[in-house]
This record gives sequence, structure tokens and C-alpha cells, in this order.
Amino acid sequence: MARAAVPGRLISGPRPWLVATIKATTDETATARTLVVDVPGWPGHLPGQHADVRLTAEDGYSAQRSYSIASAPEAGRLEFTVQRLDDGEVSPYLAGIAEPGDRFDLRGPIGGWFTWSPESAQPLLLLAGGSGLVPLMSMIRAHRAAKSEVPIGLIYSVRSPSDVIYASELSERTLSSPLSLTLLYTRSAHRGVPPGRINAAVIAASAFPPDTAPDIFVCGPSGFVEAATSLLVEAGHAPATIKTERFGPTGT
Amino acid sequence: MNTISRGFTGRRPGDVKLPPGQYLEHGFPVLQTGPTPSVRTATWTFTITTETGETRRWDWKQFTALPSEDITVDIHCVTQWSKLATQWRGVSVDTLLDGVTTDAGYVMARSYGGYTTNLPLPDLRDGQAWVAYEYDRKPLRPEHGGPARLLVPHLYFWKSAKWVTGLDLMPTDSRGFWERLGYHDYGDPWREQRYQGD
Repeated sequence: MARAAVPGRLISGPRPWLVATIKATTDETATARTLVVDVPGWPGHLPGQHADVRLTAEDGYSAQRSYSIASAPEAGRLEFTVQRLDDGEVSPYLAGIAEPGDRFDLRGPIGGWFTWSPESAQPLLLLAGGSGLVPLMSMIRAHRAAKSEVPIGLIYSVRSPSDVIYASELSERTLSSPLSLTLLYTRSAHRGVPPGRINAAVIAASAFPPDTAPDIFVCGPSGFVEAATSLLVEAGHAPATIKTERFGPTGT
Repeated sequence: MNTISRGFTGRRPGDVKLPPGQYLEHGFPVLQTGPTPSVRTATWTFTITTETGETRRWDWKQFTALPSEDITVDIHCVTQWSKLATQWRGVSVDTLLDGVTTDAGYVMARSYGGYTTNLPLPDLRDGQAWVAYEYDRKPLRPEHGGPARLLVPHLYFWKSAKWVTGLDLMPTDSRGFWERLGYHDYGDPWREQRYQGD
């Protein structure tokens, strides 16, 4: 695969803690919120990377978590979309309590593997389960920012239509700069459309074929990633072309 | 100096002592870079290669006939989760290295699928590391590194290479997969050595 050298400092440069200040928040769904933060000293990122967030209470107790970056690369500013977990420690704060003006510590960018280079000449195939769309959205936005002309396709699996994040931006992108979008609803769909999970027929109909050697990124809950990558390999995609990122535990 | 986040109270882990920046996880998250490789025990081998090129190799039957140990350890992932008292069964690296003559100071662990990670050899000795093939008294599942994975619980868990197939002994240190991508060469959770420069 032809790839330009990735900027080394964004992969292995120093990662001091920086102060992030929330500039704006947007509720994407009933449980997911986007935070726009200003971070003086932030060097930008590669699409797909994440950052470590550290929250500290008045008494000094602190907690850290990693969050994927949703925005296209930009110095000094980034966006996260945080899914609120009912039993979570950090997400109920970021996706519920925090308001513009509130601050936290942040370091990064982190991760040099699950990254898309806008210089790539290969088609870009993205498969997202739930909030696994977040780092892929950074790639979709970077694809536009770089005026990339490689074909871009997204297969996006969510429980129901009300769980779709970035809904208007995605539908706008299918019109203005062709993004081929395949939405799968696993529990309840629109009237007349049966719910369904990702399967071989979806891959055959919606994924760029193996002979086009797409760059493939798969992100979501472990079960979704396991199912999607198995289907891709069975469809003839080389395992080495498939990059994955997972979240959430398995039962065992 | 930490920034105070207004309105954040957090959830204290109680009496549990965790490395800095870690939280307690009860499930078992899966993190890997690509599809789960299909590794069959019929063709599985494990090879130790010394710095002079001498090799020692086991197939699955030979390997699982080696003396094994039950291991109960806490594990710490660089993505901030820690899981306590995980139960494994496997072969101590001491057993695998018994009789191997080497002056090497470092090891590159190699896995099916191409993953690598580097460790100092002393960190694999003296009851600190195993090649594990059971988790919770059941065969280790593929997504957790089965049929066998390295288990080095005193370092961040990316050092515990899934689908491990060999250890290459090295006179000098050399970086593995994540270490080349900015993660720490040693990775001590108690010193919070997540990334290079930590």
C-alpha cells in the first residue's frame, strides 16, 4: 500500500498533560454528547488517534480514560463524542455534568496504528458499531478537509434510528461529497425495514471489493468487530489491510 | 499539577490499591490491532531462539505436557483498566529457559499475525512470566490470545503478547509493535510508564 510517511512527532513525540477548556457541547443522541475543547499546545492528531482525559475532584482524587477524537486534525482544538455509560465514572461527567468553561487535563495524541493517511490512494472503507463511529468520523472529516478523491464508504450499525450520531452531517456527506452510507439497525428500524446485523450479504453489497485493496478500519464493541472482521476476511480481504479498535469487555 | 474539574466527584475504588491512573474493570476487554488470527493447535509451535541462532521448539502436545502452574494475578492495561485476581494456567518461562545458554539481556516476543513486543530478559525470569493456555479453567479463547499468550502481569498488558509463537533472545534492546508507535519500552504500571518519555 502506498502511504506517505506519517508525522513521527504525532506518534512518538512528548505527551505532556495540557489543560482543555470546554467551548461548546452538542447532544448527539439521548446518551451521547459532543464536546468541543480548546487545548493550548495541542499539536493536532492523525485521524483515528485518541487522547487520554484526566478528571480531578476538589480533594485531589483523579480518574483517567481514553477517548477517540471525532474532529479533523487541527492544532489547539479538538472534539470528542462521549457515550454516557450508566455505570461509568468519567462519561457521566463529560456527557452530563460538564458545561462550557469547565476544564480538565488531556494528553495525546495517542496511537499510531489505527490511523488513516489522507495521502493514501486506496479506497477508504469504514465499519462502525455504535459509538465506534467516533474515530472513523475523524477520518470522514479529514477526507473532506484534505479534498481526498478516494472512494469512501461507511457501514454503520446501531440499535435504532435514534442512536445514530452525526446524522445530519452523514446524510449531507452522502449528497455533497459522495460517501456511500449503509445503515444497519440491530433492534428496531424504520417502518417497513427489518432490523438486522452485519452479514455476508451486507459486505457483498456495500464493501469495496478486495481487488480494490481498500484501507479498512473497523471500530465498535468487541462482538461487532469480531463479526465484521471475520466477514471481511471470508469475503477475501487480506487480514493485514484491516485495522481494528474495540471497546467494552467480553463476558469472559 | 492537576486541573480541578468543577463538579467532578468520581467513584473511589475503596480499599483496592491500583496503579496510578487505572480503574477497576470486572469484564475482560479485548484490544487488538486487526482480525483475530485463527491459530490451530495442530500446527502451533513455540520456539525460543538464542542470540547465536540456537533454537528450542515445542509443538502443542509437547508444550502442554510441560510442567504447568496455576497463576492468579492482577493485570493492568495501558487503556486504564485493571482486572484483579485473574486465573490462568500455563508454563513458566523459567521452565522454557531451563538449560538455555544465553548472554542476552532482552527478548522480542513474536506472535502469529506478526505482533511483536520487547522486554528485558530478567523480567521473564524468576516466576514473573508464563506462556498461558487456560483462562478461568477453560482453554484460552482466540480473542484473548488463544491458544496461548505470554503473561507478564507486572508490566502493562500489551507486553503479554497474544497468540505468542516464540521468544527471540537479543543482546541489545529493539522495539516491538507498540513500542515503535510511541508506547513505553518497559511499561511499569506502578510508575505509569504508558508512553515514551513517561
